[in-house]
Amino acid sequence: MRSASQIQSRPSARPALRRRLARWMPYLFISPFFILFAVFGLFPLLFSVWMSLHSWDPAAGLGAMQWVGLENYTYTLFDDAWFHRSMGTTLWIALLAGIPQHLIALPLAWFLHMQLGRWRNLVLGLYFLPFITSTVAIALVFGALFSREFGVVNQTLAALNGLPLLGAMFPAQPVDWTQPAHLPTMISAVVFWRYVGWNTVLYLSAMQTIPKDLLEAAAMDGAGPVRRFVHIVLPLLKPMVFFAVTLTLIGNLQLFEEPFILTSGTGGTDQAGKTAAMHMYSVAFAEGDFGTASAVAWLLFLVVAGATWLNRRLLGRER
Amino acid sequence: MQTRSLPSRHRVLPVSARLPARPSIAEASSIKGGQGVTSVVSAISQENDFLNAPHAVGGPLSGCTSARRRRLGLGVLGLLAGAVAMPARATAAPLELRVASFPDLDRGVRAAADAFARRHPGVRLRLTSLGVFDHHTAMTTALATGANVPDLMAVDVDYIGRLSRSAGLHDLAAAPFGAPAFARRLAPYALAAAQPAPGQQTALPVDLGPGALFYRADLLQRAGIDEAALTRSWPDFIAAGSRLRQASGTYLIAHAIDIARIGIRSGLVAGDGVYFDAEGLPLVQSARFVQAFEHARAARVAGIDGRMRAWTNEWTEGLRSGRVAAQMMGAWLGGHLKNWIAPASHGHWRAAQLPGGAFAAWGGSYYAIPRLARQPALAWDFLQLLVLDKAQQLKAFEQFDAFPSLLDAQADAVMDQPIAFLGGQPARQLWRDASARIAPTVSDRYDPVASLVVEDELMKVLDQGKPVALALADARRTLERRVRRRPAAAAAAGAAWPRGLA
Repeated sequence: MRSASQIQSRPSARPALRRRLARWMPYLFISPFFILFAVFGLFPLLFSVWMSLHSWDPAAGLGAMQWVGLENYTYTLFDDAWFHRSMGTTLWIALLAGIPQHLIALPLAWFLHMQLGRWRNLVLGLYFLPFITSTVAIALVFGALFSREFGVVNQTLAALNGLPLLGAMFPAQPVDWTQPAHLPTMISAVVFWRYVGWNTVLYLSAMQTIPKDLLEAAAMDGAGPVRRFVHIVLPLLKPMVFFAVTLTLIGNLQLFEEPFILTSGTGGTDQAGKTAAMHMYSVAFAEGDFGTASAVAWLLFLVVAGATWLNRRLLGRER
Repeated sequence: MQTRSLPSRHRVLPVSARLPARPSIAEASSIKGGQGVTSVVSAISQENDFLNAPHAVGGPLSGCTSARRRRLGLGVLGLLAGAVAMPARATAAPLELRVASFPDLDRGVRAAADAFARRHPGVRLRLTSLGVFDHHTAMTTALATGANVPDLMAVDVDYIGRLSRSAGLHDLAAAPFGAPAFARRLAPYALAAAQPAPGQQTALPVDLGPGALFYRADLLQRAGIDEAALTRSWPDFIAAGSRLRQASGTYLIAHAIDIARIGIRSGLVAGDGVYFDAEGLPLVQSARFVQAFEHARAARVAGIDGRMRAWTNEWTEGLRSGRVAAQMMGAWLGGHLKNWIAPASHGHWRAAQLPGGAFAAWGGSYYAIPRLARQPALAWDFLQLLVLDKAQQLKAFEQFDAFPSLLDAQADAVMDQPIAFLGGQPARQLWRDASARIAPTVSDRYDPVASLVVEDELMKVLDQGKPVALALADARRTLERRVRRRPAAAAAAGAAWPRGLA
């Protein structure tokens, strides 16, 4: 038997509980994201900052961490010739692969937009295909294409060399694409091929938002496709160009898979194909120095952030 | 690093389930899956009160009051929580031995699974096999974090310097393991590489890679070159290569880098490592390195190498088509040549000792027991089966050309048998002889870095004509910088150096 006071207290207690639940429920419901982010995003991030201030060979266990302050940073910045070389290579490949991507993707998107009525999406899909294909498969296929003795690229060059007048422009001997002079070109070719479709999709989607009447008015005023592209489409695409170039900068400065597989992980002769991300991997897993590798990672982050800021200054400014 | 270890599949293979009759591997796998599902389901239905409580078996949701829905919701939550907590409570975990390995070494584990199941019928053997890079990355991570540590881990010789010095591995020379009792039964040079300090043994060698010279007898015969001309000395070897190139256009070797690799690994002073002396100081400017680099450069200048890096398309095609007449590598190359590189040239290949009386190790694998292993006793038992059981060693040799580290196995009659692919030559005798004459070498945790540095400079010598002395001086400077954390290196580098840690 319940007492009268108990019976009376229940209705007042339940709304209080409900109120408390109602207050905390939203937090409970959004907590999975924050928990996952904290465990898999924030913690590794902070731990890598912590690691970069330590000397640590992971094979020796967590107890082997020793505080070194900023030594990993000063060593990487001022003493590590391999890091300097890899940064130079990274920037060179970023430009060599990045600039043509946009110079080709912009007019290509315009062409697809204007000329290919209902076939447009199919052709666009074909251009996009390399982006969703496994990097390992791509790099292996390109490794075979650029093979010195049996590669299609060298066979094509040899055939072009046989042409009557233009032949002299092409090499008579098979090109060894793994040599320092050619390796960045080979890697850039793979990166260019892979991402040109992605940029085309970005530009095409932006072009589709340009009001038709603007283009029609220009056409009625006598502007041809080229003038319309240069004077109407390009200025209106500026925000998308900024976005696409930012993605290219970030992607190219963190380039890893393509050069890693194409050079069998070594970076090639004279480390001509070793990017900063590969160097970081090598410091961590070949040299067993996770502290310095973390410092390399943060320095690379600063470079990426700096390049993105510069890009924003150049392209992202509001008119 | 080589392409042979492309990202590979992760395989979990329960070899022996808790079954009266020993099933095949595939059977065990499917049966284990079925058992797992059954045990979880029955555990939930028997032990979770929510399922039997009247409020949880009510009618359809549409008929529920809000209070009832809440209770049902709580019931479902409780059921989920129960299900999550259940496996630990309900399934009496069978004894499991977790072995981490990589292809093809994992075949040895499979080959020993039956014998192990006979010794330990109640134990499930779980093999995780990753590509060789991924495996060592995973093992490094496991030792670093203490998570997912196997009971028995494979270590390739390239990583033995670093991993054998890990504080995370048991000293097999100490009680209760007692490796010294067996040490005399294993190849001494391979044991030495896994001794981080005198009297310690953190891993045992399971197979060896005695270096050998494989050559196409038919191609050399046509050019009037005999085996002695190849093996007498390095200058003779290079001269023979020139004659071959002139006579038929065939390259004697795929890449001059092979000559340097052998050179720097042969003629070692006892107690020294390949790249560092006992104090940890770089040896890269020693006569051994100078000669190795000079010989490689002479081979390049003579035009006897095809500039084909091992494991590339050019390389395999060169060996397959006969554009390259010889290859120096571990004795295990014979299996690769026979199986996939050049099966059509059956009977034309021969094996010989390395030129200039060199004896060098080329590959080899180890097994170690981590300190965090849950079943160290079982792991030690399985390790002994893999390493010290003659039948298992010979089985692995037969199945995937893993040259035995066990001296008893090396003395078996199978070593005297002719090899048809090598024209009936009893070549294993050569490799046994070579493995007995390889000098015990101290491994160093910085060996992989040193290898990168030295090969980087070697390529500059070969491809860009950099003078050998300058290349080796640069290699030393780079190496001292990269091993800056070692006391010896920091001391040698002087005060101008950023001071490292002890």
